[in-house]
Amino acid sequence: MQALANQLCENRQFGSKMTDSKYFTTTKKGEIFELKAELNSDKKEKKKEAVKKVIASMTVGKDVSALFPDVVNCMQTDNLELKKLVYLYLMNYAKSQPDMAIMAVNTFVKDCEDPNPLIRALAVRTMGCIRVDKITEYLCEPLRKCLKDEDPYVRKTAAVCVAKLHDINAQLVEDQGFLDTLKDLISDSNPMVVANAVAALSEIAESHPNSNLMDLNPQTMNKLLTALNECTEWGQIFILDCLANYTPRDDRESQSICERVTPRLSHANSAVVLSAVKVLMKFMEMLPKDLDYYGTLLKKLAPPLVTLLSAEPELQYVALRNINLIVQRRPEILKHEMKVFYVKYNDPIYVKLEKLDIMIRLASQANIAQVLAELKEYATEVDVDFVRKAVRAIGRCAIKVEQSAERCVSTLLDLIQTKVNYVVQEAIVVIKDIFRKYPNKYESVIATLCENLDSLDEPEARAAMIWIVGEYAERIDNADELLESFLEGFHDESTQVQLQLLTAIVKLFLKKPTETQELVQQVLSLATQDSDNPDLRDRGYIYWRLLSTDPVAAKEVVLAEKPLISEETDLIEPTLLEELICHIGTLASVYHKPPSAFVEGNHGVQHKGLPGSAGSAESESPDAVSAGAATEAPAAVIPSQGDLLGDLLNLDLTPPATTGPLPHSGGMQMGAMDLLGGGLDSLLGGDLGGSPAMGAGFGAPPAAMPPAFSAPVSGSLYDLFDLDNGVGMPLGSFCPPKTVWLPAMKAKGLEISGTFVRHAGVIQMEMTITNKAMSVMTGFAIQFNRNSFGLAPAGPIQVPSPLSPNQNIEVSLPLNTVGPVMKMEPLNNLQVAFKNNIDVFYFSCQYPISVLFAEDGKMERQVFLATWKDIPNENESQFQIKDCHLNSDAASNKLQSINIFTIAERTVDGQDMLYQSMKLTNGIWALAELKVQAGNPNYTVSLKCRAPEVSQCVFQSYEAVLKN
Amino acid sequence: MIGGLFIYNHKGEVLISRVYRDDIGRNAVDAFRVNVIHARQQVRSPVTNIARTSFFHVKRSNIWLAAVTKQNVNAAMVFEFLYKMCDVMTAYFGKISEENIKNNFVLIYELLDEILDFGYPQNSETGALKTFITQQGIKGQLQTKEEQSQITSQVTGQIGWRREGIKYRRNELFLDVLESVNLLMSPQGQVLSAHVSGRVVMKSYLSGMPECKFGMNDKIVIDKQGKGGASDDAGKSGKQSIAIDDCTFHQCVRLSKFDSERSISFIPPDGEYELMRYRTTKDIILPFRVIPLVREVGRTKLEVKVVIKSNFKPSLLAQKIEVRIPTPLNTSGVQVICMKGKAKYKASENAIVWKIKRMAGMKESQISAEIELLPTNDKKKWARPPISMNFEVPFAPSGLKVRYLKVFESKLNYSDHDVIKWVRYIGRSGIYETRC
Repeated sequence: MQALANQLCENRQFGSKMTDSKYFTTTKKGEIFELKAELNSDKKEKKKEAVKKVIASMTVGKDVSALFPDVVNCMQTDNLELKKLVYLYLMNYAKSQPDMAIMAVNTFVKDCEDPNPLIRALAVRTMGCIRVDKITEYLCEPLRKCLKDEDPYVRKTAAVCVAKLHDINAQLVEDQGFLDTLKDLISDSNPMVVANAVAALSEIAESHPNSNLMDLNPQTMNKLLTALNECTEWGQIFILDCLANYTPRDDRESQSICERVTPRLSHANSAVVLSAVKVLMKFMEMLPKDLDYYGTLLKKLAPPLVTLLSAEPELQYVALRNINLIVQRRPEILKHEMKVFYVKYNDPIYVKLEKLDIMIRLASQANIAQVLAELKEYATEVDVDFVRKAVRAIGRCAIKVEQSAERCVSTLLDLIQTKVNYVVQEAIVVIKDIFRKYPNKYESVIATLCENLDSLDEPEARAAMIWIVGEYAERIDNADELLESFLEGFHDESTQVQLQLLTAIVKLFLKKPTETQELVQQVLSLATQDSDNPDLRDRGYIYWRLLSTDPVAAKEVVLAEKPLISEETDLIEPTLLEELICHIGTLASVYHKPPSAFVEGNHGVQHKGLPGSAGSAESESPDAVSAGAATEAPAAVIPSQGDLLGDLLNLDLTPPATTGPLPHSGGMQMGAMDLLGGGLDSLLGGDLGGSPAMGAGFGAPPAAMPPAFSAPVSGSLYDLFDLDNGVGMPLGSFCPPKTVWLPAMKAKGLEISGTFVRHAGVIQMEMTITNKAMSVMTGFAIQFNRNSFGLAPAGPIQVPSPLSPNQNIEVSLPLNTVGPVMKMEPLNNLQVAFKNNIDVFYFSCQYPISVLFAEDGKMERQVFLATWKDIPNENESQFQIKDCHLNSDAASNKLQSINIFTIAERTVDGQDMLYQSMKLTNGIWALAELKVQAGNPNYTVSLKCRAPEVSQCVFQSYEAVLKN
Repeated sequence: MIGGLFIYNHKGEVLISRVYRDDIGRNAVDAFRVNVIHARQQVRSPVTNIARTSFFHVKRSNIWLAAVTKQNVNAAMVFEFLYKMCDVMTAYFGKISEENIKNNFVLIYELLDEILDFGYPQNSETGALKTFITQQGIKGQLQTKEEQSQITSQVTGQIGWRREGIKYRRNELFLDVLESVNLLMSPQGQVLSAHVSGRVVMKSYLSGMPECKFGMNDKIVIDKQGKGGASDDAGKSGKQSIAIDDCTFHQCVRLSKFDSERSISFIPPDGEYELMRYRTTKDIILPFRVIPLVREVGRTKLEVKVVIKSNFKPSLLAQKIEVRIPTPLNTSGVQVICMKGKAKYKASENAIVWKIKRMAGMKESQISAEIELLPTNDKKKWARPPISMNFEVPFAPSGLKVRYLKVFESKLNYSDHDVIKWVRYIGRSGIYETRC
């Protein structure tokens, strides 16, 4: 029986020998040697078999470069299949064996003369892929011939080859005049040659942003538009993408191009459709809105966009991301198409989430009833992210369409009744916004919300609930009890909740001063004395001082009327939106990020913008700049997820300028005793008639003020915030030298160099801004992209504008770490957008991770020991620091200056072992063992951390500070 | 542009790896495997950015195809290309499976070399490719000069999808109007959304370079003709015209002509291809209506009754009818009674599947089921997925009718009347769901 089975197996193996899969199975030793023999065999078939085996090994990642000469020897063959295989091998390994690759040149040159156009094209195509300098020299002559070949197949291949050569040696391409030949090919009679020439030129032009390579003028446009009707689907995409870069001279030209592009909207290829949409969206900007054609065009855009949603899910996703942009720019196009965005039960999750996004944008009074019914349906689905988003969407509808608010609220209450934990939390977050939008309307539901207090475990929901309790403290009988219950675990809460709790209790106190003084005292001392978070401390002190100096003003400030929140959410900033519209169909439109955010080098990172419409182009731009300069957007913006709930004044995201109403009592004493001076009486006076117990209760000084505070630096309240003066800075902090982040060449004359430093618990971005342009610069603003540790500017950048030419200025920008978080590569990478009156510039820089080391990073010895043991060994990494001539004490001191604390020290065999700890602002601890041996300039650092990815950065900080 | 193309099996082993650009290294192959194929959670996006490298992927059965780039490429084009590549491979060696890919890896490399140059997609019409990329690899030597230039002019030419000199003894063409009708209905029987997405698939066996013209009962065309004079076609048949929301065409169709005159004219590829796709939302004939009734009897029992009604001419027969009634996860037992067909509870799919082989129009049938539930302390209520339905009907639910397909070939002596034409209508269920 067994034998029979074996027999069968063998037979089957034998049977499959006729196919190629066997090449994947050779893994024996001595394989290379065997292959070598086979490659040199006389028999053609055997040779070919051997080359196939080599390619199979190459595919799975085995190194078969040792066979280079043997494979190249097989190149001279009449067998086209064999030739192609050898070429494939060459493309992979030529770079590692440049000298031997030369052996192949002759065959290439010969093949370029072959009577068969397929072989000529194959040779020139392959030659371009061999990135060896010596070969490229030989490539020029054959390429020149092929560009003028009689056969269009060879010409279209040669056109792409110019782009390949340009990628290897740009200078050579220019010197040899290939660019002109390529331009001539735009007038070629064959549409595919034109398309490839356009693709090659567009790519080359991208790396020369200022050259007028494409030279788009009405004549070339005409040629391209003609070729558009005739070439393959891919060629149409190349041409349309190129057309999108053209700026028509006037509205008439714009219209005529649009007319010739619209037929593409019926193409079966979605990419052709999207690229056509891009051209139309861009050129539409130039059409007068009262033109009939403008309306016709708008109507023509909707059906193809909807059709894209019946494509495969991956394309649907791309289409939806783009529709999201289009809806923001021109909501009128799809306003009647709500139904097509209804989520299907079996849609992939990425399609579902995107559809939901668009549904919220399209929601209006006309369709709100259906939309709500849909959203309620979605809220019972399985996927947690999707359900959350659906709940959030219901809240957005309430805010957007006033008529629906009541229905939305009752829907949300129904959902809260389900008691599904994440649904409840999400609902509470959105109800908070609804309260903001419609004050004094739905507060009756507060009781229901309070029932769910215990189930809230997410910071955002807790913060929202605390906000509600604080805001409506006067209507909630046991508001003080509720808030007190949160206070118990104050230090375990996230910053967001802590800040909110602080504000809420102050509100409560201002509303019901009699019963809550103890509570407010407690929270103020928790915030100011027991917390490491500078934001929390600052806010605590400000409240404290407000309450103690002028409680009436405090009431006015803290309980001030809040600005309305906007109806739209998560809108993309207008300038970015314009740029993204110019990138419809591309990755940028999928990521909703400018290309510079994810593309390295200068490929395609030029900024594109929409052309202004005929009349308003000039007049609009200055407005746009000034509006953009005022940081983000209009003042009334809903915080996007992750933003701090309410800043000091509880005004979400308003520019910090509104902190103006702070009491500016210049001569106020900083002494601890004075903090809660008699001012309180005036607040309580009216209510209480100045009970003596009051004064006593408040008079008790906080046990210990932090050094920065009690230090009599100067009398002014403002000194606390004047961080430049370096309040109570310990040793000279380590400050890496400034480097140039944004060279003037890349930023139209604006040069920024800078560094990061941590002063007394505050991270600062120190910058030197130089104006190397000829004109005055104004309107500076800065923004960070999301980054690994949530670094964000703590306020707008303070540049006393204008900055005249050749002037420079030192600016230090305090940062906080409460911004949105996204893991970056490398970890300490920071992408910055910097704006002035000229443009927005993007650069990225790396901050030393040491700026994130908190002052309280000293671990208890026992804790250290336990933690060290607890962290698995695979999280340990070792680094060498070479040429360091410090003794262990000096090293320890130096490290302490960047908040790396030495906890213990021991000496083993003449080696000093330092045990150190540090804590990052986001609460990650890193433990280190530093080995210092007298006389040996090489230190060894072993790092252990639960998040091992930070080790590399931490090590860099060690190295930087020790070698400094 | 596309920097590289990788094909993996379900384990993440690489089967094909072709790099087109210098900025894509071997580590990209591993990055995708580790971050996407081996990722624990469900795929959250078909586009992934890992260390500034973007990966686009599609899956065919358990094969992953990934395109990689470091530039701001046209994302729609990359996906279209990946689908196209799947089509080309299928046309060459059938189903995309690990075995087939391994068996044809040399061919795949050859194809990849041809259809993607420096990351730019080139002509990828299988008709053209098959003329010079053959599995035997011998054609290269046997071609005459004329043949060679014919190949190159076809690959690069205006009519890249058809070669010259095709001859058939019998000129014949088959037109299939394939529609899938999609419905989302509320439990109360209100149509939440409905649309038909249709395809006109053509098989043409015609000699020479025939010029074709296709006509259907498109409302815009009929109205235009109606204005111009009494239209025979529309008047006689009494058939209503239909409003087409949008349509897209195979690249052989002259789009500018459609845009200006709304006439569909083209030189067809040889063999089978998809002439057009269209979408309609108005006046759709919904072949079936599903009426669900779900009653919760206490915490451990559900009673489900579903009635289906067929809504088309009694002379027509619907086939392959299948109704899927979802059941809760904690179902312990199901009793089903149905009037027609067979019904079965499939525990692995959490559904009762009710199959009826054939059903005539204007009939109705019903199923009732008792579902026993295990008591759970799960707070979350059962999400009640919609009841879905599958079927096939011999008419076009959109109401589309082919009015004519005229063939002109001036050089060869056969006329429109000599061509044998076959037209067939098939309506299938797309996503046909009724909430309960």
